[in-house]
This record gives sequence, C-alpha cells and structure tokens, in this order.
Amino acid sequence: MLENKHLTCIGCPLSCPLELVIVDGEIYEISGNDCNRGEAYARQEHSAPCRLVSTTVACSTGLWPRLPVKTASAVPKEKVMAVVQELHTLQIEAPVRIGQVILENVAETGIVVCATRSLPQKPDSTGSPHRD
Amino acid sequence: MKGLLRKKYDVVIVGGGPAGLAAALGARQAGAEQVLVIDREIEAGGILNQCIHSGFGLHYFKEELTGPEYAERFIRSVSGESVEVFSNSYVLDITPDLQLEIISGDYGHLQLQTKAVVLAMGCRERTRGAIRTPGFRPAGVMTAGLAQKMVNMKGLLPGQRIAILGSGDIGLIMARRLTLEGCEVIGVYEVQPYSSGLTRNLVQCLEDFDIPLQLSSTVAFIHGKNRVERLTIAPVDAQLSPDHSRARDVNCDTLLLSIGLIPENELSNKLRLRMDSATGGPQVSSNLETSLPGVFACGNVLHVHDLVDFVSEEALRAGRFAAEVATGLRRPSDNISLQSGENVASIVPQSLSPDREQIIYLRVKQPLKNCILTIGERYEKSFRRLIPSEMIRLTLPQGVLDRYFGENLRIDVRLREEA
Repeated sequence: MLENKHLTCIGCPLSCPLELVIVDGEIYEISGNDCNRGEAYARQEHSAPCRLVSTTVACSTGLWPRLPVKTASAVPKEKVMAVVQELHTLQIEAPVRIGQVILENVAETGIVVCATRSLPQKPDSTGSPHRD
Repeated sequence: MKGLLRKKYDVVIVGGGPAGLAAALGARQAGAEQVLVIDREIEAGGILNQCIHSGFGLHYFKEELTGPEYAERFIRSVSGESVEVFSNSYVLDITPDLQLEIISGDYGHLQLQTKAVVLAMGCRERTRGAIRTPGFRPAGVMTAGLAQKMVNMKGLLPGQRIAILGSGDIGLIMARRLTLEGCEVIGVYEVQPYSSGLTRNLVQCLEDFDIPLQLSSTVAFIHGKNRVERLTIAPVDAQLSPDHSRARDVNCDTLLLSIGLIPENELSNKLRLRMDSATGGPQVSSNLETSLPGVFACGNVLHVHDLVDFVSEEALRAGRFAAEVATGLRRPSDNISLQSGENVASIVPQSLSPDREQIIYLRVKQPLKNCILTIGERYEKSFRRLIPSEMIRLTLPQGVLDRYFGENLRIDVRLREEA
C-alpha cells in the first residue's frame, strides 16, 4: 500500500515542509528537507515520535522558587505528560549548577533530567534579611 | 550603600539581556578596557531566563539550547572578560555628551561618563490597550510573556481555562507550557489569515496537544466583572473588523495576549535619536551607530528579531563598533541609503557603505512564494518562500554595491514571473 504523509520539521526555525512517501508502512522517499536534520526527524517521527521536554522543578531555597530543567534527550511523545508530572513531585535544594542531574530514569524512560541554569541560594536563605 | 560617585567608562551598555551581554563581549574583544552592563533585573540574562524551552543557539553555538543555557554561556564569557555588571539598576537619563544617570539598588544614585553607549533595552509586549479590545476590565487578562515569567520563574499559574489571542511565538510556547502544567488551553485566535509564529511552533506546541488555532478571528468582547468569565470570539472580514453576526462565546478564566512586541525606546526618544517608523527602533548606520555619534543600538530595541542567535551576532558587532569609537577610531560615514520598495516592510541598517562586508536584516509585508529580492540592479537572490514572521538576513560581500556610491538604493521583493 502506498500513502503520502506531510510533516513539518521541528529541527530548526526554518520549519521545512516534509513529504513522505510510505510503502507498506515503510518510508520509501523523503523530500522537502533542506538539511539532514529533516530526514532524521521524518524517520523518527514516522517510527517513534519523541520530544525533548523542558519544565521546572520546585527549589524553594533558590534565587527563584523554580529551577528550569530538561530531559537530556528526547523522550517518547506519549511519555511527555508522565515526565512533567514526575518532575512536579520533586523539591531541589539550592545552590544548583547548570547541567546537574536532577533525576535519573524519569518516568522509566531511561533518560536523565538536568538543570538548565545555575541557581544560587536566595539571599535570605542564609539568615540575612531578604531584600525583596 | 555607596553615595553618589563619578566614574569613567569606555563603553556602557544599557540592558543585560542577550543583546547587552554580546555587546559587552564584542566591546572587550575590540579593545575597550572599562565596560559596564546595566540591568534592571536582579540578574543578567534578560528574557532568556524565562524561556525555558529549547530551540536557541542552532546558528550561534551550532547546538540546540534552552534560553537559560544560552544566557549562562554569555554570562560566563562576560564575567571571564572582566566586564562590570550592575544588576538591580536602572538608567534614568543619557545626555548627548554621554553622561548617564543611574538609580541602583546596590549603589544608590550614580552619574557616569562614558565614551560610547550601546542601547540594548530589548522590547516589551503589546497589551490590551494597544488593540482596544472591548469589554469589561477583569483580572485574568495579561500578556503571554508575563504568564511565562509567572509560571517558569515564580511557580504561579495565571488561571485554569486559558484562551490565547495572537499566534506569536510566545503565545504558542505558552499554550504548550500551560498544557503541561495541567491547564486547559481552549484555543489560539489570530486576526490575520496566517500565523505570526514559526511553523515548527504550530506543530510542536499546538498540534502535539490538539490545541485549535483559529485564523481570521479575534476576541470581540471580554466578559466578567472581577475575573474573566467568557470571551466573544468573532471572525473578521478583509478589513480585520469583527463580524458580530457570526460571533460565539467561549468560557475561560484567563486571556493571554501574544499580539506583538514594541522596542523599548524611551531613552532613545529622550535622546531625540532619529527613529524608523517601520522597525520602531532608532535608525542606524552600517556600524549600528544611531543619529547621535557614540550611541549604538542592537537587539530588539533596534528591531524585533525572531532568533536570539541573530541578536547575539548583531550585538557583538555593535559592541565592537562602540569599542572602536571609544578607542578613537572613526570610520568614514555611509554613502548609500536603503529604502523599502515593493513588499518590503523594514530594513536594518538604514544605510550602507560598499567598502566592507555588510549584513542586512529585513522583513516582507506578506507571505510570498517563489520570489526574487533585488537591491538596486546589482544584487538579486531567489527565495522559495518568505513570511513576515521570519526575518531575512543577507550578507553582502565587499564591493557588491561599489557602483552605487552616494545613491539611494531600493530593496524590492517581487514574485518570480512564470516561465
């Protein structure tokens, strides 16, 4: 069986429109991509769509009360909600360094979650009066 | 807290976001000794700190980073270059002879003298007042960027059932973000017949989560006395006026606005810089210098960019040019002025000098397919597809415009004639 599938590459802001020709469920041809990222995305999206997840975790002792984090690589698309929900249960202590592992094997994906910024302690968590 | 003090700098940069940080780096690299960045927030990084999603840095760092990661790389580089950063500080005034009056949470009231200034104040979001949406004035109406700061930095949710007016990238990003946080995003409404955000954001932020995008429609009325209760959504006609006969009401408690950005040019206006009504920013020469010698501009205060990578590139150059002036080097002034022709909405810079490589940024007025961009008669480039939301960046090699010495040059984008 032959079918055509349209995708939009999310690899970069160019957002290339991808045309896939699929024969018996297998990709026969990919066109429309300006670079290799488009082809890789089309193959992944056709077989097992996955997404990088970025969200925040609680860090009540931090300069800001939320610490931004991301999955080190893309997780299966159907696991995105589970990843965010598991991260919502965490409470992290400041200070945090950028790249610090926040959680391993998030939502049983085998993928680690890392801090995407360094977060110092908030001024009053050391006992001195908070200026804010 | 120290009292009033006077200090001298080579280059002072107003704003510590992506533009300001890159300008500081550029200024140091080009030999400026005393470089100061002033930012009103409690830390440098600007809007990147709240843009926790990835998609930044593909051009500049050749890898995909989140906003905070991108910011931290620049913050580290800048601190490695012994640049002073005053956070918690606000520039009240700049005089034409480049004295700055600053109010600072750490140093009090300051007056500084500098040899060059780089304006890097960024932009702010248009609000409900800018589009005069009729209705009540309840709580729950806010810009998408404000909601982004609440959610990503302060851990607060703006509401539960959310509508978004405008399909700008921040609105699309927030549609996904709030869905992940457990809110229900009922729809994105865009007055134009096309989205103003990047196509990939339509895919990964709306389609992935089955959030409807309704083009050619707008919020015609906001209902609710204390809190937003519902919105009247109406399709618009060709003049973008709502057609009330086909309007319908939707229930929600929050309306986010993602309806455009305005360069934040209060200081530029106070300085009476010559402005460009198309970009909303100062007019600049090919070395990014405004109409006041020694004052440079870069980033979103100059013209609203869609990629931070281009902001960094532009700001590095602005910082270098500012350092040249601070160290006593004067380039000859430009001798070609650029004018927007057919289908061209805006051009930066507004003038050129053909004796060196030039980078031009421009936007088209409407979506175009298979077209040719021409600069005078000497330069042309074909494009498969151009849309207003994607800025065009051109590099002109040295000498391409030699022939046009002293002329006005028009930039046109025309549809390619059918062969």
